[in-house]
Amino acid sequence: MKPFRTHTGMVVPLDRANVDTDQIIPKQFLKRIERTGFGEFLFYDWRFEPSGELKLSFGLNQPRYRGASILVTGKNFGCGSSREHAPWALADFGFRAIIAPSFADIFANNCMKNGLLPVTLAEEVVAAIIEQALSNETYELTVDLEARTVTDGRGMSAGFVIDDFQRNCLIEGLDDIGLTMLHESDIAAYEAKRAGRIL
Amino acid sequence: MPGTLFEKLWDAHVVRQPEDQPTLLYIDLHLVHEVTSPQAFEGLRVANRRVRRPDLTVATADHNVPTTDRSLPIADPIGAKQIDTLRQNCVDFGIQLFDINSPEQGIVHVIGPELGLTQPGLTIVCGDSHTSTHGAFGTLAFGIGTSEVEHVLATQCLPQNKPRTMLVEVSGALPEGVTAKDLALGIIGRIGTAGGTGHVIEYAGEAVRGLSMEGRMTLCNMSIEAGARAGMIAPDETTFAYLQGRRFAPKGAAWTEALAYWQTLRSDSDAHFDRTIRLDATTLEPHVTWGTSPGMVVPVTGCVPDPAASVSDADRRASERALEYMALTPLTKIQDIQIDRVFIGSCTNARIEDLRAAARVVKGYRTRSSVSAMVVPGSQAVKRAAEAEGLDRIFRDSGFEWREAGCSMCLGMNADILQPGERCASTSNRNFEGRQGRGGRTHLVSPMMAAAAAITGHFTDVREWEFK
Repeated sequence: MKPFRTHTGMVVPLDRANVDTDQIIPKQFLKRIERTGFGEFLFYDWRFEPSGELKLSFGLNQPRYRGASILVTGKNFGCGSSREHAPWALADFGFRAIIAPSFADIFANNCMKNGLLPVTLAEEVVAAIIEQALSNETYELTVDLEARTVTDGRGMSAGFVIDDFQRNCLIEGLDDIGLTMLHESDIAAYEAKRAGRIL
Repeated sequence: MPGTLFEKLWDAHVVRQPEDQPTLLYIDLHLVHEVTSPQAFEGLRVANRRVRRPDLTVATADHNVPTTDRSLPIADPIGAKQIDTLRQNCVDFGIQLFDINSPEQGIVHVIGPELGLTQPGLTIVCGDSHTSTHGAFGTLAFGIGTSEVEHVLATQCLPQNKPRTMLVEVSGALPEGVTAKDLALGIIGRIGTAGGTGHVIEYAGEAVRGLSMEGRMTLCNMSIEAGARAGMIAPDETTFAYLQGRRFAPKGAAWTEALAYWQTLRSDSDAHFDRTIRLDATTLEPHVTWGTSPGMVVPVTGCVPDPAASVSDADRRASERALEYMALTPLTKIQDIQIDRVFIGSCTNARIEDLRAAARVVKGYRTRSSVSAMVVPGSQAVKRAAEAEGLDRIFRDSGFEWREAGCSMCLGMNADILQPGERCASTSNRNFEGRQGRGGRTHLVSPMMAAAAAITGHFTDVREWEFK
């Protein structure tokens, strides 16, 4: 996994609550058997007209946000389907961090497995960031996972909470399957103890 | 120390509990389907890893399968390749597959219980958010992403942080015509689509005890729509009667032993829950969603709400957006909303009891000429059972299409989709924008409500239905 320590990048706002994973990556793109190449289909129905033309009215498509790598959005982001294609699409599109007042559980887990950092900040802080990103061209933030802070170099600084273990996995870019496999003897002992109770 | 059902299941599955790290939890059953597994198997190959317990892993094809004639080749080459990939992965890694033409094929959350794979006390995961369905049996069952699918394939374990607990206690009995689906929608309407985030919900109380296993599965299924990690119901005589004699259920002495264990699986009377919600079933009505999130829901006797009455600015804007997408105006009576399509299916509501309830409404009537309606049984076994009872004839005679089993128009990965602007009464679980097809407008309802809407062409209070 790609490690995440600190990242500075341009912010694009998506001021909507309850953005579900069906919006992030619609079902017609879930038939692919690869992990890569989902970025071009990100927010497909919002970014493209039914004819396939780019919708310039949609924020993410506006030239001023080209190259943005931090998405700032509303509460309960990533609700619905467990499809990991959603963080794959966001990461492939170029996002490194998502800032929101809250995230759906499975989505947040999926992000962490892909070096994409979900940052939970208070609703009013998120609202202020969205306001800044709308009114300032090229509004940038620095997300520092080691310090657990989000700063804009203009005086805004907000701390965030993240589970220590997940933080370390992200910072080190660890393969957590490999970590679990180190405990093979514990797993085997558990299986021996529970033999007969399992299928 | 007194404990909840969830805590008992959690404690029984701890492989390792290091300090300051997630618990390593053992997984008893891993259900696999074609859409969220190919990248996980590929990951195993790249890392030269094997499937640790193929004997605890079961696969089926459900999400993108066609529901039309199965003797024909699959028309969609990308969908077909995904199913072929599952087939090859199951061969390569030694996993039992209930393939597209198997008599056991069906939606993964329908066939698990029906085959007796889903049993009280187990931990069950699947790369699908509706894995919460299996909690109806007193299991700890939750949806995971593809990286976690790979993790379970390789290790049969998952590192997990312990969720909080929530008790939803429903007193009284559900009135006639009000179903588990209405209860689920009522709960989501009350606590919101993020109300359960970070929690495992236990459903209890007279109304929950009174539900059949099918009803309990519907209720637990939609826990994820309340944002919860899982939903569960303590097993009881209803659970045991459902399981006895099923293909993978314990037999003989093993059954007796299992039963003795299963009977201990309940929350202690003085167990502590982090949060408790109480509802009165006797006041519940049939529910209909009006917006683009399952929490946007009102009773059938109600109206589309006015966004101006929202509690917050964010809610107001969300409601306005939803109404624009749904092409509805505030204060329209729910029963005045005309529909174009009806979908009876999905892991929420495509079990035999759901089809019986819908058929009872439909019997002796014709679907409205402007409405196109279909029934997609949850599994081949449900389809056969329904046909043995003559339910297929009732549906067909009234104008419904009768299809093969799969997820179908719940998520529209196959050819079963809404056209832009079409309005659908659907027994599925999500009314998100474009969920059933780009531009499609989904209203979530119970099977009885969907059946009634197919006949009248608009939402109709099924409590006043004249059964023939």
